[in-house]
Amino acid sequence: MKLTGAQILIKTLIEQGVTDVFGYPGGQVINIYDALYQYKDEINHVLTAHEQGAAHAADGYSRATGKVGVCIATSGPGATNLVTGIATAMLDSIPMVAITGNVPCSLIGKDSFQEIDITGITLPITKHNFFVNKIEDLADTIREAFSIAKSGRPGPVLVDIPKDVQVGSFEYEPQPIAEKLPLPKVGESLIEQAAKLVNEAERPYIYIGGGAAGLGMGNDVVALAEKIDAVIGCSFMGLSAVPQESERFLGMQGMHGHYASSVAQDEADLILAVGVRFSDRATGNVAKFAKRSKIVQLDPDCAEINKNVRVDLGLVGDVYDSFTRIAAKCKKKSSPEWISRVRQLKADELAFEEEIAQADKSPLTPKQVFEIINAEKPAGTIITTDVGQHQMWTAQYVTFDRPRRFVSSGGLGTMGFGLGAAMGAYVATKDPTILITGDGSFGMNLNELATAVTYKIPVVIVLMNNGVLGMVRQWQTLFFGKRYSNTVLERKTDFVALAKAFGADAYLAETPVDFRKAFKAAMGAGKPVVIDVRIDKDEMVLPMLPPGGAISDIITKV
Amino acid sequence: MENNKFVIAVYVENKAGVLTRVTGMFTRRGFNIDALTVGETERPEYSRITICMSGDDYAKAQMINQLKKLLVVKKVEVLDDEPIKRELMLIKVKNESENRSEIMTAVDVFRASVIDYSTEGMCIEVTGNPSKIDAFVKLMQPFGILEMCRTGIVALDRGTSTLFSK
Repeated sequence: MKLTGAQILIKTLIEQGVTDVFGYPGGQVINIYDALYQYKDEINHVLTAHEQGAAHAADGYSRATGKVGVCIATSGPGATNLVTGIATAMLDSIPMVAITGNVPCSLIGKDSFQEIDITGITLPITKHNFFVNKIEDLADTIREAFSIAKSGRPGPVLVDIPKDVQVGSFEYEPQPIAEKLPLPKVGESLIEQAAKLVNEAERPYIYIGGGAAGLGMGNDVVALAEKIDAVIGCSFMGLSAVPQESERFLGMQGMHGHYASSVAQDEADLILAVGVRFSDRATGNVAKFAKRSKIVQLDPDCAEINKNVRVDLGLVGDVYDSFTRIAAKCKKKSSPEWISRVRQLKADELAFEEEIAQADKSPLTPKQVFEIINAEKPAGTIITTDVGQHQMWTAQYVTFDRPRRFVSSGGLGTMGFGLGAAMGAYVATKDPTILITGDGSFGMNLNELATAVTYKIPVVIVLMNNGVLGMVRQWQTLFFGKRYSNTVLERKTDFVALAKAFGADAYLAETPVDFRKAFKAAMGAGKPVVIDVRIDKDEMVLPMLPPGGAISDIITKV
Repeated sequence: MENNKFVIAVYVENKAGVLTRVTGMFTRRGFNIDALTVGETERPEYSRITICMSGDDYAKAQMINQLKKLLVVKKVEVLDDEPIKRELMLIKVKNESENRSEIMTAVDVFRASVIDYSTEGMCIEVTGNPSKIDAFVKLMQPFGILEMCRTGIVALDRGTSTLFSK
C-alpha cells in the first residue's frame, strides 16, 4: 500500500500499539497532523498548551503504565520546547519516543525559518536519536526507536522527520510490535558469589531503585527480606516498587530519606542494590557511604557498576532473573540483633517526627495534609509531583499501594513536570490522579490547566502554597545565614480565581478541616480541581543529610 | 590507583554524526583523551576509532562501558600492553646551510624522508611510534621548526588476532 510519509508515520505508531499521543501542531508537522486527522478513530491526540507539557505528559503516560509515551512537536521552537521533557525522561530512564518535524532536506543547514538541529541538541539527553532523510527508512526507523526506547535500560528516543519525507510517498507494510530485546542472564558463578555474600551477612539491607519499579518484584523482595532477616529501603525512584505495609520497609533513604532507612543503610554489612544508580542525592559523600558494607549491585546497564560507588560485585543483565536466582540460593537466617537495632532506629525516627510535630504551631502542617491525603485517596491513586519541598514530603509521607503510582522527576528535578505528567498518567490509566505541587513549581507550567479542563482530566491539584521557593529557602536558612535571595515570591496570584478562570474548580484550605472537606469534594468532582493549601513559609523537610555530607551530619531538628 | 596509558580500539558504524556521538560522550562524562584517530577499515560499513588515554582501572572500565552503551558502537577493546602503534608527522624546518648536513643525518637515521625542499626550508615526513616522533621533534627544535602536524596514532594488536575474533 502506497502512503505519504506522514501517513506511514501514523500507521507505524498505530502498528506499534500507540493509542494516545501528546503534541502541538506547527508549520513543519502539518502533514503529520493531517494524517492524525485521517486516522483519528485509531489514535487519540491530546493538544497541550505548550510542547513541554506534551513531553511531560508522554513521560507520565509511560511512568504510569510502562508503555512507550509519544509526543509530537514542530521544528525549531516546538522541538526545543520538548528538550526539558526529554531530559527529564532520560535522567529517570523512561521509555519515550519524541517525533519532531523539520524543514525540507533542501533547506537544512541554511538557517531556514524554524530550522534547528534538534538531533544535535538532544544528543546528550536521548538514549539515541535519528534524522530520517529518506522516506524508505521511515517506518523501520520508528520501529527501531520503539525497540531502543523500551529495551535494556529504557530511555527517550527522538526521531526528526524533515517535511519532504512527510510529503513523499512510499510502500507501507504493517509489521508486528517491536519486541523489547531480552536482557542477558547473569552467569551462574556470579549468582553463586552474590548468594554467598548475602549468606555471610549479619545486617542485610535490600536497596530498591527505579530499575525495579516496573518489574513487579515487590513480593519477591519482601519474601527474601523475611527469609534472610533483611530490611528494605529504597531510593526516591524506587518508592512505589515495594509494598509499603511490610514492617521491613523503612522507606526512602538519602538526603531527605527516613532517618531509620538512611542510618540502617550506613550500619548494614551487606547492601543488595537492585536497579539503583547511587546518585549523589542518595549517597551524600561517596567516600563515607556505607563503609561497613559489602555491596552487590544488580543492573541492566554495565556502566552503572562502579560509576558512583565502588561495589564488591556487579551483576549486569536481567535484574529480576538475577534477584530471584540469588534469593533461591539464600539460606534462611535470623539476625535478632540487627532487627532490634532497626526497631530502635524506627523508634528514634518516630520520636524526631513527634518532636517536630509538637513544635509546629501552624494551623495546617504538611504532615496533616498528607495524613488526610493518605486517608482519603482511593486505592490505586496515582500521585504526581513537581519538585521541591512538597515533593520530598510526598516521598516521605504518602503511602503507595501498588507499583507505578508515584510519578515524579527524580534525576533531573524538573519543576513544572507534574501537571503534564498527571495528565499523561490519567489519559493512560483513567485512575484517580493527584498532583502535589508548590506555588513555585505550579507557576512554571500551569497553562496546562487549560488542557486538563478541555479534555476533562479530573486531576486534583494540591497546591502547597507557602509564598516562597521553599526548598531553596530551606538551604538559605540552614547554609546561607537566612539571606533569602530571590526566594520570597511576594506574588499577588489568587490561585482560586485563576483556576476558575481556566474552567477548573477551586478551593482555599487554611486548616485541616478545610482541607479534608475540599479534598473529598475534589476527588469526587470529575473535573480538574485546584486546592490552594496555605502552609507556613518556614516549614522544613527533615531529616536532611547536607549535600556532600555523611550520616553523622544528618540534621533531624532545627 | 595508578594512572596508566592505554589504547582503545572501537568499531563504529560508518555513518554521518557517529564521531560526534563518541566525542560528545567523552566531553559529557569528563574523560580526557590524549589522541584520537578515525579511518576506514577492512569492513566498509565500519570505521575504526583509535583512542589513547590515561587513567586508572576504574576510569578505563567506565570509558569502555560508556562506549558500549552507544548504539553506533559495534565493538570496543582495550589493546594489549604493547600493540603495534604508528603515527605520521609532517614537519617543516628551516634549511640553513650550516645545519643542512645534521638535518639530513637525522632524516637518514630516523628513516624519515624529505618530501619538499627549497633553499629556505624543507618538509620532512616521519612515521613511527609516538616516542620516535617525539624524539625527532626534539632533534629539530634547535634548527627552527616552522610548522608541524601529527596524525595521532593508529594501532593494531600483534599476531593474527583481530578485534572481531576477540
